[in-house]
Amino acid sequence: MKKPIYSNLMKEITEGKFVFTGELEPVKTTNLHEVLEGAKILKGHVVAANITDNPTAFAYMNALIPSYMIQKEAGLEAIYQMTTRDRNRIALTSDLLAAGALGIKNVLSLTGDHTTIGDNPQAKPVFDLDSASLVHLIRKMVDETIDLNNNKIEDPPKFHVGIAANPNADPLEPEILKIERKTKMGAEFVQTQCVYDIERAKRFMETMSNSNIPVLIGIAPFKSIAMMKWMVKFVPGIYVPDEMQQRLLEAKKRGGKEAIIEENIEIFSDLIKEIRKTTNAAGIHMMAVGFEWIVPKILEHSRKS
Amino acid sequence: MIVTKEKPLEEILGFLMPHKRILIVGCDGCTQPPRGVREAKTYAMLVEMGGKLKNREIQCRTTTVAKQCDNNLCATTLTSQVKDIEAILSLACGVGVQTLSEVFPDIPVYPGQNTIFIGSQERESGTLYEKCKACGDCLLAETGGVCPITRCAKQLLNGPCGGQAKGKCEVGGWKNDCAWILIYNRLKDKGRLSEFTKFREQRDFRISQSPREINETEEKTEETP
Repeated sequence: MKKPIYSNLMKEITEGKFVFTGELEPVKTTNLHEVLEGAKILKGHVVAANITDNPTAFAYMNALIPSYMIQKEAGLEAIYQMTTRDRNRIALTSDLLAAGALGIKNVLSLTGDHTTIGDNPQAKPVFDLDSASLVHLIRKMVDETIDLNNNKIEDPPKFHVGIAANPNADPLEPEILKIERKTKMGAEFVQTQCVYDIERAKRFMETMSNSNIPVLIGIAPFKSIAMMKWMVKFVPGIYVPDEMQQRLLEAKKRGGKEAIIEENIEIFSDLIKEIRKTTNAAGIHMMAVGFEWIVPKILEHSRKS
Repeated sequence: MIVTKEKPLEEILGFLMPHKRILIVGCDGCTQPPRGVREAKTYAMLVEMGGKLKNREIQCRTTTVAKQCDNNLCATTLTSQVKDIEAILSLACGVGVQTLSEVFPDIPVYPGQNTIFIGSQERESGTLYEKCKACGDCLLAETGGVCPITRCAKQLLNGPCGGQAKGKCEVGGWKNDCAWILIYNRLKDKGRLSEFTKFREQRDFRISQSPREINETEEKTEETP
């Protein structure tokens, strides 16, 4: 039996279109203006956008309200990110029901960064579930209309559930086995952490070749040289090829900020083209939080031959 | 063993200041590092000196109990020693402190230690490692003998998470091993990777719902046909 399709994201993936998703990050504010402006910029260029759930364990606005608001106000489909760090199975079930009521169609299941690396490191970590058992919960809610403890749900939600993966993981094999584990549990798509090296993307997709789950490769352009240096220095496993770093450094020397942007557009549209040409990725997940305006530029450029 | 760490002397002096005659009680049970009579004597010296610096005359006597978690042993060993005692400083884990409080309800009992974890000791380096959380539902048979409940910072049943790199965990600054990479390596070596890849359902936290109790006598009676 064919699985029902609830979201535009899953519709396009199923139709075999090469899809693009974006990412928006609510921060420590009650003001939704920036998230909505970001959504309006992305609208038409990506099929859906992730709304992050307190990334790196920083206490920000919850992800559900902005997920609802970008759909309502900007007409952009949301991928509601949920981590298991801050909520037990009761709260997760409850928020999933609320998300269903608000018309959310995609959920990304994440374990979540540990509390101790966040901006309230004294907090009690929850982790009642993990990303795999959250997939399990969502599947039960959607497919069997019951919760984890088999309690009946009236008017169950209709979600597609995605998971994250890291092509930079070292060692890589347990990462692949984990994706296999979550795919068996019913995960329907993968969005990866950012990749800068085409060889890494290829290697990852080759290792994944036995799995049937659609993969969106993560791309994160550099807002500045400082951001690039920070990524290289502090984000474990991230590999930015020397040539790419050199090109951006030279761009800065040549023409400052504007030249860096131009160089970003060149570099990342080429990377997207390469990924489309050389891997069987289902699409690209664009992460340009705080400078969403670069996404349409990169995507338009990537369509030129 | 139960691993404890000394409370700062200032904190202990804060408890003991209102009292003049103190009994410092060590424990020869499983507490590590050792907290027996020798350590009790060291504490006595420190407390008396600390009192003097604050112009207080505190007199300490010292003793020890084979197992401070055994109420009968505590009563038989200590009853004769607490006659003129105003307060007790226990060097045992939190269990010992509570047992003494129950055995001697009229005497204030103060903790000299912070109880840290259930662990093992590596003799060569002298390091103590946390190894068990007493979760009540032991998984070690299927995780290659590595406990993810204790050794994974997120207590994951389906790890590793994205917070590991080259087998180290980001929690604590990349010093600790990622439990799930240890589990993966162990199971891989034994040709049991299917146990790594299998999905583990969410835990039933009622099993570890505090306070827990077991009545050994009742259990034995039930088992007898």
